[in-house]
Amino acid sequence: MEAFTTHTGRAVPLRRSNVDTDQIIPAHWLKKVTRDGFEDGLFEAWRKDPDFVLNKAERQGATVLVAGPDFGTGSSREHAVWALQNYGFKTVISARFADIFRGNSLKNGLLTVVLEQSVVDELWALTEADPQVEITVDLHERQVRAPGVTAGFELDENARWRLLNGLDDISITLRNEQDIAAYESRRPAHKPRTVQVG
Amino acid sequence: MGRTLAEKVWDDHVVRRAEGEPDLLFIDLHLLHEVTSPQAFDGLRGAGRQVRRLDLTIATEDHNTPTLDIDKPIADPVSRAQLETLRKNCADFGVRLHPLGDIEQGVVHVVGPQLGLTQPGTTVVCGDSHTSTHGAFGALAFGIGTSQVEHVLATQTLPLARPKTMAITVDGELPEGVTAKDLILAIIARIGTGGGQGYILEYRGPAIEKLSMEARMTICNMSIEAGARAGMIAPDETTFAYLKDRAHAPQGADWDEAVAYWKTLRTDDDAVFDAEVYIDATALSPFVTWGTNPGQGLPLSGHVPDPASYEDASERLAAEKALEYMGLTAGQRLRDINVDTVFVGSCTNGRIEDLRSAAAVIEGRKVADGVRMLVVPGSVRVALQAVEEGLDKVFTAAGAEWRHAGCSMCLGMNPDQLAPGERSASTSNRNFEGRQGKGGRTHLVSPQVAAATAVTGRLSSPADLVEAPTTAGV
Repeated sequence: MEAFTTHTGRAVPLRRSNVDTDQIIPAHWLKKVTRDGFEDGLFEAWRKDPDFVLNKAERQGATVLVAGPDFGTGSSREHAVWALQNYGFKTVISARFADIFRGNSLKNGLLTVVLEQSVVDELWALTEADPQVEITVDLHERQVRAPGVTAGFELDENARWRLLNGLDDISITLRNEQDIAAYESRRPAHKPRTVQVG
Repeated sequence: MGRTLAEKVWDDHVVRRAEGEPDLLFIDLHLLHEVTSPQAFDGLRGAGRQVRRLDLTIATEDHNTPTLDIDKPIADPVSRAQLETLRKNCADFGVRLHPLGDIEQGVVHVVGPQLGLTQPGTTVVCGDSHTSTHGAFGALAFGIGTSQVEHVLATQTLPLARPKTMAITVDGELPEGVTAKDLILAIIARIGTGGGQGYILEYRGPAIEKLSMEARMTICNMSIEAGARAGMIAPDETTFAYLKDRAHAPQGADWDEAVAYWKTLRTDDDAVFDAEVYIDATALSPFVTWGTNPGQGLPLSGHVPDPASYEDASERLAAEKALEYMGLTAGQRLRDINVDTVFVGSCTNGRIEDLRSAAAVIEGRKVADGVRMLVVPGSVRVALQAVEEGLDKVFTAAGAEWRHAGCSMCLGMNPDQLAPGERSASTSNRNFEGRQGKGGRTHLVSPQVAAATAVTGRLSSPADLVEAPTTAGV
């Protein structure tokens, strides 16, 4: 995973709530068997509308998505995170994320930042007034900064440490392999098995 | 202090607990399908890792599979490649696979329970958000992303922060003609699509206890639509009776030991939930969605809401956009909404009881002119049972299409899709924009409402069918 420390970039205001992962990346894109090449599928249906915010000239190259509440609801598809990253987004700000999407984002180094809706409103107003405005998301300080806005955000220390160092979860878990083996040795016999092995 | 059902199952699976770290949880059952696993297997290959517990892992094909001509090569080369990738991965790593054409093939969340693999007090994961279905057995079951699929393949564990718990107590008894689907749609409308976020839901109370296992699966299936990763129901005699003698249920002394353990899986009287919601079952009636998220639902007797009636700005905007997308007008009677397509199936409502209840409504009646009705059993086993009971004949005699098992039109990854502007009454779980095909419009309904709607061509309940069926059975 790519580490995330601090990122500064221009923003895309997405004034919609309940942006589900079917909107972020439609199902027909899920037939791909790689983690890349999803950028053209990002918000595919909405991008057919020339007035959609992502299509605006002034939003090209923006890297911070500022979205309405309940972003990433629905399907567990990690492809939604890959599509956002493939397109160039480094971080997403919203008042509330769906649990599975949030977990997926943090495992891929896409920092999802939860801020109060009132702060999201301020950021929307800022970037809509001036698309050149830059927003900084600082994971060291757990802070979002933009002209006239400074807002702290919560992220548990363990997730922060993994992100700051770009650590691979599986390697961390396998450091405790003896705990897994110990647990396995005391599992009850009545637990289901899909096949007989060994 | 006592513990909740969720806390008990959680505690029984903690491999490692350390200050400042998420708990490391052991996973009892890992279900795989073709869509969310290929990148995970690639990750294993890249790191030179194996599947740690092949005996706790099983795969099937469901999302991409066609429901017609399954004996012929799959027409879409990309779908075919994805299925072939799963077959290769399962062969390379030694994973048990039930591919298209196999008697145990079907929607992954229908297959697990019918094999008896889903058991009380187990942890069940799958790269699919509707893994919450398995919570109906008192299992802690939740959807995961592909990175987590790889993590479980490699370690049979997941690091997870413990969610909060929410009790959803359903008092009374569901009235005649009101189903588990109506109940869960009403619950989602009440607490909202984000209401369960950060919680494990526990459905309880007299109305829940009376439900069959299949109805309980319908309820838990849509927990994710309320924002909760998992929903659970305490196991009881209904659960044990469902599991007894299934292929992978415990046998002999193991069965007795298992049941003794399962009986401990109830929320203690003095346990405290972080949140509680009460629903009066007796006040419910058939429920349908009008909008583009599953929380936008109302009783069928209602009217399309006026966006201006919402106080919350973001809900108002969501309602405006939903009406525009759905092509509906505020104040319109829900019963006046015409549909082109009716879909019966999915991990929400693709089990045998669902097909029976839809068949009971449509038997001796006809699908309305200009309406197409697809009936897609949740698994090959469900299909075989339906055929044995003659349900396939009931559907085809009415003019419906009887298809092969799979996810089908729930998400339209196979050829079963809505055309732009087409409108469906669907027993599936998501009414998102374009979910069933680009530009398609979805109303979520119960199997009974789906069947009645097919007959009238507009959103209807069986009570709306004034004309008696023409024959007394097939």
